[in-house]
Amino acid sequence: MSVEQQDLKLKASENRGKSQLEAGFDLLGWDEVTQGSVLPSFDGDASNVAHQKAEEREYSDYNSYTATVASWRVQKPVFNIDVCIDCQNCWVWCPDSSILSRDKQMLGIDYDHCKGCEVCVEVCPTNPKSLLMFNEYTDLGDALASWPEKKKKEKK
Amino acid sequence: MAITSIKNLKEFSTNNDRFEGAHTLCPGCAHSMIVRELMNCTDDNLVISANTGCLEVSTAVYPFTSWDTSWIHIGFENAATSVTAAEVMHKVRKKKGTLKDGDAPVKFVAFGGDGSTFDIGFQWLSGAMERGHDFTYICLDNENYANTGGQRSSATPIGATTSTSVAGTHSYGKKEKKKDIVSIMAAHGSPYVAQLAPNKWKMMAKGFQKALETEGPCFINTVSPCCTEWKFDPKDTINITDLAVDSLMFPMYEIIDGHELNILYRPKNILKVEDYLGAQGRYKHLFKPEYKHIIEKIQSDIDEDWARLQRREEARV
Ligand SMILES: Cc1ncc(C[n+]2csc(CCOP(=O)(O)OP(=O)(O)O)c2C)c(N)n1
Ligand code: SF4
Ligand code: SF4
Ligand code: SF4
Ligand SMILES: [Mg+2]
Repeated sequence: MSVEQQDLKLKASENRGKSQLEAGFDLLGWDEVTQGSVLPSFDGDASNVAHQKAEEREYSDYNSYTATVASWRVQKPVFNIDVCIDCQNCWVWCPDSSILSRDKQMLGIDYDHCKGCEVCVEVCPTNPKSLLMFNEYTDLGDALASWPEKKKKEKK
Repeated sequence: MAITSIKNLKEFSTNNDRFEGAHTLCPGCAHSMIVRELMNCTDDNLVISANTGCLEVSTAVYPFTSWDTSWIHIGFENAATSVTAAEVMHKVRKKKGTLKDGDAPVKFVAFGGDGSTFDIGFQWLSGAMERGHDFTYICLDNENYANTGGQRSSATPIGATTSTSVAGTHSYGKKEKKKDIVSIMAAHGSPYVAQLAPNKWKMMAKGFQKALETEGPCFINTVSPCCTEWKFDPKDTINITDLAVDSLMFPMYEIIDGHELNILYRPKNILKVEDYLGAQGRYKHLFKPEYKHIIEKIQSDIDEDWARLQRREEARV
């Protein structure tokens, strides 16, 4: 399992956050907004989003999907696909829609939206866990290389 | 309506989230777990309202929205009012044939905190239930006014310290018992009322789907552990929810047509409430010798409530 695979980037995440960084993203002040202002979540047709995966959608600059909260994290969860059994516990309980699951498979973490709460690590049932917390600056390869062995059941 | 498969978690995970990240709820907040689950329970169009509270301020930070559906923010009292107005408008326009796609299925959902549901929006919620609109109201019950710094609400249990029921040498925290909102809503004659918890994802999804499918006003109280105000480590949100339902502090049950009560979850091992209380900072003071009797009181209240729920289940009244 290579680091490249681990650090899976979906197509849709490539441009994330760019528009906010670029100059010219003019915002009206709170006292300038008029009644009936609309901040659409999508550019173009939004009638089928329930059947589109994130990478198939046309997010508008106003959709928080295009923003990032990565700077909130001091620790990050690292995913080890070799141990994962695709149970999807992490997907259902992640409060920040940051578990990338496609076709019943857990593929990785969306580090633009993950806040590092560690809930996914807590609910991961494998032994050793398929998700573990590391310092934000830890290299993914180093993290995977230091993965613990399977824990033996303690005799009572 | 088109409900999505909840046969198992793998199937459920094939849904495409319509609640986006980079909202600003605290790390580990249960509000978003509950919202995500509701939105993944159907692929119908959704019209959602949220009144003031953590969920609203965190998901509409100008200029961003975290909602991939129609979404209305309105004052503290009026989640139910605004979404039911939209429901009426939709009905009328459908009849008049002025909708772009009149056949597209739409569900109307309101989210309110406990502060707005139990207290400040109570009258308006009651009105919407009585008028009989086709909508689902979901209370995100974190037992305090979290967004304004953790004041007590009528959902705060006895003994909890909050910023307006402070525990100290002369007080054990909040003195009054939690309001029984589920019974009150059932008394409106609502076709479907329930209390659910996010750790039991399937039960919660089943309840959400039932509410969405049922015509008429449905109400669901969901337990939403708040790491910031309950004072626990964000990673433990689901662990705390486990303790809440296994100690029966939050029993899971539904009431159909105002009288048919079904208990949805019977813990194999009922935990002592101490285990639940001890895991949270807001109850820490109760473990001092002078306040131990409050823990006993909470336990005996739970035992009585559980006995009463079981009697109501049998009696069907
Ligand atoms: C009429 C009115 N009173 C008070 C407020 C201030 N206020 C904003 S959010 C909030 C707390 C919300 O508590 P709750 O409904 O429980 O939601 P939570 O933030 O806990 O999710 C309060 C008191 C308000 N916006 N409007
Ligand atoms: S650490 Fe929290 S936010 Fe990040 S992926 Fe895990 S559950 Fe989601
Ligand atoms: S909880 Fe663990 S085992 Fe389950 S899908 Fe997530 S990473 Fe894989
Ligand atoms: S204060 Fe509580 S309810 Fe509000 S965002 Fe934080 S954890 Fe969630
Ligand atoms: Mg609240």
